[in-house]
Amino acid sequence: MSVVTLTINDELVSAQEGQTLLSVLQERGIEVPTLCHLDGLSERGGCRLCMVEMEGTGRLQAACVTQVQEGMVVHTHSERLVKYRRMILELLFSERNHVCAVCVMNGHCELQWEAAQIGMDHVRYEYLNPDLPMDASHERFVIDHNRCILCTRCVRVCDEIEGAHVWDVMGRGVNSRVIADLNQPWGTSQSCTSCGKCVQVCPTGALFSKGATVAEMEKQHNFLRWILDGREKKIWSYENGK
Amino acid sequence: MNRSDLEALAQRELQRQQAFRCRILCCASTPCLSSGATAVYDAINAAIKEGELDAEVQAVSTGCMGPCSRGPMVTVQVKDEGEFIYEHVSPEVGRQLVTYHARSAASPAEELPEPLRTRLLPSDMPFFAKQKKVVLSNSGLIDPERLEDYVARGGYAALAHALREMTPEEVCREIINSGLRGRGGAGYPTGLKWDMVRKARGDKKYVIANGDEGDPGAYMDRTLMESDPHRVLEGMAIAGYAVGADQGYIYVRGEYPIAAKRLERAIRTAERRGLLGSRILDSNFNFRIDVRIGAGAFVCGEETALMASIMGRRGQPTPRPPYPAQSGLWGKPTLINNVETFGNIAPIIQNGAEWFASIGTAKSKGTKIFALAGKVATTGLIEVPMGITLREIVYDIGGGIPNDLAFKAAQTGGPSGGCIPAQYLDTPVDYESLKALGSIMGSGGLIIMDEHSCMVDVAKFFMEFCMDESCGKCVPCRVGTVQMHRLLERITDGSATLQDLETLKELCVMVKETSLCGLGQSAPNPVLSTIQYFLDEYEAHIRERRCPAGVCTLEKTPVTEWVHA
Repeated sequence: MSVVTLTINDELVSAQEGQTLLSVLQERGIEVPTLCHLDGLSERGGCRLCMVEMEGTGRLQAACVTQVQEGMVVHTHSERLVKYRRMILELLFSERNHVCAVCVMNGHCELQWEAAQIGMDHVRYEYLNPDLPMDASHERFVIDHNRCILCTRCVRVCDEIEGAHVWDVMGRGVNSRVIADLNQPWGTSQSCTSCGKCVQVCPTGALFSKGATVAEMEKQHNFLRWILDGREKKIWSYENGK
Repeated sequence: MNRSDLEALAQRELQRQQAFRCRILCCASTPCLSSGATAVYDAINAAIKEGELDAEVQAVSTGCMGPCSRGPMVTVQVKDEGEFIYEHVSPEVGRQLVTYHARSAASPAEELPEPLRTRLLPSDMPFFAKQKKVVLSNSGLIDPERLEDYVARGGYAALAHALREMTPEEVCREIINSGLRGRGGAGYPTGLKWDMVRKARGDKKYVIANGDEGDPGAYMDRTLMESDPHRVLEGMAIAGYAVGADQGYIYVRGEYPIAAKRLERAIRTAERRGLLGSRILDSNFNFRIDVRIGAGAFVCGEETALMASIMGRRGQPTPRPPYPAQSGLWGKPTLINNVETFGNIAPIIQNGAEWFASIGTAKSKGTKIFALAGKVATTGLIEVPMGITLREIVYDIGGGIPNDLAFKAAQTGGPSGGCIPAQYLDTPVDYESLKALGSIMGSGGLIIMDEHSCMVDVAKFFMEFCMDESCGKCVPCRVGTVQMHRLLERITDGSATLQDLETLKELCVMVKETSLCGLGQSAPNPVLSTIQYFLDEYEAHIRERRCPAGVCTLEKTPVTEWVHA
């Protein structure tokens, strides 16, 4: 595999051909916010938080879906980018009912964390306050559409890793909603294996375990790497992997 | 069928048509059908039968003739006398047309008996005189459901020529030299795209015609597919030969049942005659075309979303690169062009690239079809050479603004475009000039507005459209369009402050720069361009709580006012 050289924030960086720009940024410890990206899942390019400036193109590019190329000149934290990221977060907060104070994920939420990181202390847009339901029909888990940011990590993990494809999205635009099977109560889904991967990858309090109350829900998504590396190296148990 | 069979077919059909003294062409395109064209056609046929005129008079159900607001349209072609175009033809008038033109040599227009006289359009009407028909050259003259009609007017000769005389490389070169640019709106050079797909490696390649036209008020592609379906198929087949594809898809919007039906029929007839399918025109070239029907999503006009829809997935765009030319349908190199772009191909191959390049301006060649709508005397479908001025379109072709009102703005490009104010009426219409004015050529929607149109309200209308049609994949478009619409709503209901205008402007720029696909990237354009040219109207709404055009009600007050009161 050949090596390419690019410039990130005025520093020369070498990377492997075929790598995404985002993975290079993360390797270098350059923090750009992400929400729909998750190591181990296919890239979506939907949240637009990892947008970077690229000299010569005149357009902003989402780092997660951009492959590194020889001679690229990238800026990750210009004033404009930071402003846009903040605005995107504000839009997300205005879209549904993100009330941190009563949320199971308070203190562990990725949306909340990104907002705190960027210093988003208020929302300038009108709160849309949609009337959204919760579905607690599943034996072990709950989906709360009020907290969903439509990152579709759950959709992708269920399809790509678990292979069940329980989740998908219905409707369009601001009326999009994550649904189980053909829009039926999650508990009645026959394709769901109750593996809980969707719950673990969800960045907000939209998917959580029953019994968790305010600020009690914590999530782990390193398991994705274990599964993927295990599959690649054909290691089927933790003992073998030692 | 081979080339000489094709020529023989054309000759036979021409002889058949020339046997009639009088041919009565009745428009059967959607606008005329909705104003009762079927009854007119039936009445004309009945009158021919009653008068036992079958040998002299032929009634033909054709495609669009142009002035759609004047439908049902009927054109009478009389041997040695010329053409007579009638507007607003009722079944009764249709019957009289038959008896009059079949029997008597036509008298001068002013001596025609009533009600024919008032319905006859003047032969030198600027609506027709100022147009240049390349893509629509058969529209309104042939029966779209008969292959013979198309062949008689030179149809499939370009395909035969390309297959026999040209290599795929030469075809691409010809299209590059013609200067043809994509008619879907973005204006990418068509030949370059073809050449890229031709050079792309792949055992299988696809050609797609994008007929998912969705801009409000625009119906260029529908008319082309309804009026001359074989032309689109021929263009696609030539493209298939040029890029090395053996399968084509034509993606038709679900709201266009007549277009889909006529295309299906055209494909079947062409396959039966050996003009599509295997070993086309006795060559080694195979090319199949299938119709795919959309399910009512505007975003599926975006090429990656369109391909997702063809593949049976949710119609959502994916980031580019990779471009369809490298990895498109099922990961194979795919050529995707607008229906109108394909409509230009046969004439270019037949008449040569120089001929095509001689029409239009330096960087925009050929003609463009526009759906002229809004406040003009004659609305309808027009095809004009690139570089014509807006003034000519509005005042000559369109016949000016009714009720002696003043022209205020022209909206081009639908929800992705912008408004052009009166001071730019003399701008030549081409890709670059429109872009410089903050609008775009777009697919061809052209809405004329008079002084009774509120520009804020217009911007709000288009934003509502984008909000409804956003697919929801990326955040700036999904939520941004809703918030922009809310802000515009506040301006039009009187509850906005000047701060809201600033927030709106900032949001517009952000959504434009960060959205994933063309829908979101261009959704703020109607707002930005109306702010650019009609800022005074926005300010009048906010500062004076007054709508200069008298459209908005402004019944609310800003939140700050009742906080202080």
